[in-house]
Amino acid sequence: MKDRTLIVLAAASVVMAASIPLTPQWLVFLITLALAKGLVVLGLVLLMRTGLVSFGQGLYYCLGAYAAALVEQSFHVNDAALMLAAAVVAAAAVAAVLGFLLAAYRGIFFAMLSMALSMILFGLLVKSAALGSTDGFNIATHSLAGAKIEGSAGRVLLGVTIVSFAAAAAGLHRYLNSHLGRLSAAIRDNELRVEYLGASVRNVVHLNYVIAAALGGLGGGLTALAVGHIDPDMAYWTTSGEFVFVAVLSGTGNVLAPFAGSALYEAIRTLANQYAPNVWQMTLGAAMLAIIMFAPDGLWSLFRRRARAS
Amino acid sequence: MSDLLAVVVDGIIYSSWLFIMAAGLTLIYGVMKILNIAHGSLYALGAYLSATLVGLWVAGGHAPYGSYAMLALSALLVGVVMGPLLERGLLRLMYGRDEVVLLLVTYAVFLILEDAIKLVWGVDSLYVAQPYDLPGNFTIGDLSYPVYNLVLIGTAVVAGLALAWALNRTHHGKMLLAVIHDSEVSRALGINVGRVYLVTFTIGTMLAAVGGAVTAPTLAVSAGMGVEVIVLSFAVVVIGGLGSLGGAALGALIVGLVRSAAVHYWPTVELFSVYSVMAMVLIARPKGLFTPPEARRI
Amino acid sequence: MKRIVQWAAFSLLAACCGLAAAQQPLKIGIVTFLSGPAAGPFGVPARNSAEVVVEGLNAGRLPAPYATKGFGGAPLEITFVDEAGPTTKQVADFRNLAQRVDLVIGYVSSGNCLAVAPVAEELKKLTVFFDCGTPRIFEDATYKYVFRTHATATMDSVGAALYVMDRDPKVKSIAGVNQNYAWGQDSWNDFEAAMKVLKPGVEVKTSQMPKLFAGQFGAEISTLLSSNAEFIHSSFWGGDLEAFVLQAAPRDLFKKSTVILTTGETAMFKLADKIPDGTIMGARGTHGVLAPQTELNKWFRAAYEDRYQLSPVYPSYHMVQAILGTKAAYEKAQAANGGKPPSQDQIIAAFENLTYESPSGNVQMSLGKGHQAVQGTAYGTSKLVQGKLTITDVKYYPAEKVNPPDGMKSEDWIKSGFKAK
Repeated sequence: MKDRTLIVLAAASVVMAASIPLTPQWLVFLITLALAKGLVVLGLVLLMRTGLVSFGQGLYYCLGAYAAALVEQSFHVNDAALMLAAAVVAAAAVAAVLGFLLAAYRGIFFAMLSMALSMILFGLLVKSAALGSTDGFNIATHSLAGAKIEGSAGRVLLGVTIVSFAAAAAGLHRYLNSHLGRLSAAIRDNELRVEYLGASVRNVVHLNYVIAAALGGLGGGLTALAVGHIDPDMAYWTTSGEFVFVAVLSGTGNVLAPFAGSALYEAIRTLANQYAPNVWQMTLGAAMLAIIMFAPDGLWSLFRRRARAS
Repeated sequence: MSDLLAVVVDGIIYSSWLFIMAAGLTLIYGVMKILNIAHGSLYALGAYLSATLVGLWVAGGHAPYGSYAMLALSALLVGVVMGPLLERGLLRLMYGRDEVVLLLVTYAVFLILEDAIKLVWGVDSLYVAQPYDLPGNFTIGDLSYPVYNLVLIGTAVVAGLALAWALNRTHHGKMLLAVIHDSEVSRALGINVGRVYLVTFTIGTMLAAVGGAVTAPTLAVSAGMGVEVIVLSFAVVVIGGLGSLGGAALGALIVGLVRSAAVHYWPTVELFSVYSVMAMVLIARPKGLFTPPEARRI
Repeated sequence: MKRIVQWAAFSLLAACCGLAAAQQPLKIGIVTFLSGPAAGPFGVPARNSAEVVVEGLNAGRLPAPYATKGFGGAPLEITFVDEAGPTTKQVADFRNLAQRVDLVIGYVSSGNCLAVAPVAEELKKLTVFFDCGTPRIFEDATYKYVFRTHATATMDSVGAALYVMDRDPKVKSIAGVNQNYAWGQDSWNDFEAAMKVLKPGVEVKTSQMPKLFAGQFGAEISTLLSSNAEFIHSSFWGGDLEAFVLQAAPRDLFKKSTVILTTGETAMFKLADKIPDGTIMGARGTHGVLAPQTELNKWFRAAYEDRYQLSPVYPSYHMVQAILGTKAAYEKAQAANGGKPPSQDQIIAAFENLTYESPSGNVQMSLGKGHQAVQGTAYGTSKLVQGKLTITDVKYYPAEKVNPPDGMKSEDWIKSGFKAK
């Protein structure tokens, strides 16, 4: 049976990658950002499918960014591949440790504790004058896995981002349809029964948390490379809140949704800022309300309007 | 020794401010299971309106002590107008939806209100110091404090006691407590849960506005003042246990005292104090300090 | 008949085109805070200043040497972009803006300046920073397309330290209350370092670092009161500054210690009689009431006050300084280009190491390989005269005394004892 999601994902990635040379600069940047943030949202979608909402994904987003940047600063490594690898490893490592603590929490407490942890990172970074405090610092990428990419760094990075997102989405899609993925959905429905059935809820939650963190770190690393600048704001609760919003906006139905949601959010924000600079927050809020009211299961539900035998 | 006294006094003043903010938030969450992010803008709205009303009152040459009445009036207005408007006009349409969705709705409302405030009052800051300056100062040890801080503490205590009495000793209060415990069963028993929601949200809004109104004379009311307050109130509410008024009081006290101690003895960690306390409390007691017992669904 | 009409039409068209060629409007993107807590104290005064100055320029109303209309005859069109929001948004907005305008003037937040500078280089778009304070921009890197037309925050801290020494050479103790983020931390660190060099052995009683936008300073004020420091340094701005003054003054903090408000000038009209006498006030340079009484300044103040019924404060001066600097560079390049509109590279070449006049006095682009401006600064003491807040006892400090030499980092310069190169 052909998996429609994977086909669409592959097709979309190929089309996007092919049109990279034709895309205008500003759009290259926007799409890179949308995809990078989409990666973080992918992680959130996984957690939401497990019944957990994290208000602290900013922690890993920021950790990934800083890890990538510190690799450049301290070891003078400008290679995008190494920087991104550092981002993922750092995020996953921290999540593996924090997961022992967080895996025991549910609901609003999970959300609040994850938020508290991300704000503690924020505080640590603000205190650190060596890391530039709230001003952060700049980073530059000069090569990708050995090959020099100066001059067209933006487009190469977009290519890397497309590939990363496609791979992550495909991977997540397979994971969600696998044993552990179905177990996650079961945990959301009724944890106690899952325990009675003999599976370890704690282990699954911990694993999902680490995966989500790794995706968050990758997204953070890509953002850092694309923007060329990092600052502690990435760990602030409003950043995490944005990710949650995009996750709810896209809906948790499918792994393709986060990209659409993220792109739409960026588009609305850019347009609001350009055409209504005095009331862009209000415009964003109103758009959010409209979407929540008319597309209750997220944007994805608009694509699945076909009648399903429930 | 006087240093310790200063820490305690500063802590209590700050805690009172926190409590007024947290009380409304915890009440709304307890009853409606909504973590109201717009609480911050309602606080700001209370502050802006009271600044305007006090300004008009003083400019009109009325008795200066009447400005306190203006503070109360502005809180009342905000509560009575915005409460039903938001609850009936918007939140009612979303009941039954996921907790997170409701939270995002309140976040959207927060964004809209921030710009609405900006459109009405502009980006310049307002200040009305008359209520703050009027009563003068008092001294503790060798430090002088404005008497107005006692007004702040007084408001917090009165609000707390009034709420506690209303919740535990009145008929309506007990119905509210029943809804906090289990809204489905309450509905089955014939309680008009819809009306309880409306009343709760209005009171919560009023409390936020009281917080803003009472704070306005102590600083310059400016754009964005709501944002900082949100996370602080959340932290206090979570520490105390969601839905628990006593918890909000204790949480506010702990955070206030810890922060005050940090400022006096170790200023550089002041930034972390709130979140560290929250993390530590959650680690020790995963659901906050006071939580109503919850039945587990099997 | 038809031929005459054709001829007339053709000539008219040619004239229009010729006119149009000379009158191609120059599009300037201006980025500053239009919303949020930084809008009131910085963004709005800057925006007001831009509007009034561009209007005046387009009508050719400025006094010499800026009497030409627009930039060298080309009328100016400005677009405003809100600087509020995270850095990723700023960079995205900048990339978007850069396609629509010829040059960008903007940025109050140091973090945004740091992030945007490399992007300006990448996009090869002339960008003029008008208000951000961090010295890091031209100390950590070199840029071709980026300029900054005002001195860094180091100048504010060093100037404050010099004024303290002038006020009380026997000063024994200092304290600080600054916002806990890069601006506040750097301001305090520079002030503390400068004081330690100017008066070795001075005691630092306490350094309070409340969260940005905390708004409630009860505990901090209590601690400062108990510390009995002689001078208290603060780089507070906006709502925090106003709240601090409103909360500290009634508790006699300003009587027990001398408070230094390095950006105090932004609140002097707002808070007026709330600021106790004897407070040391700074304006991040010779701006506002500390500016010289030149024709240019008189025009600027009159135009601003006429339009807004408010006096311009230092962010307004920073903005007009940026616009006039760009104009001076443009017209210098145009003259060298035989009167034809200059290319961006020619403007940049003219801008480097330029010295030009502004309502706050002379501006020299002498640091950062000709891209970073230096100015002198001034501090004064507040005094209520007939109900109006004035700044008296003003002391001026020339540029070399308060700015590092080219090639030296500000931090190192202070620690070395202010060595001139």
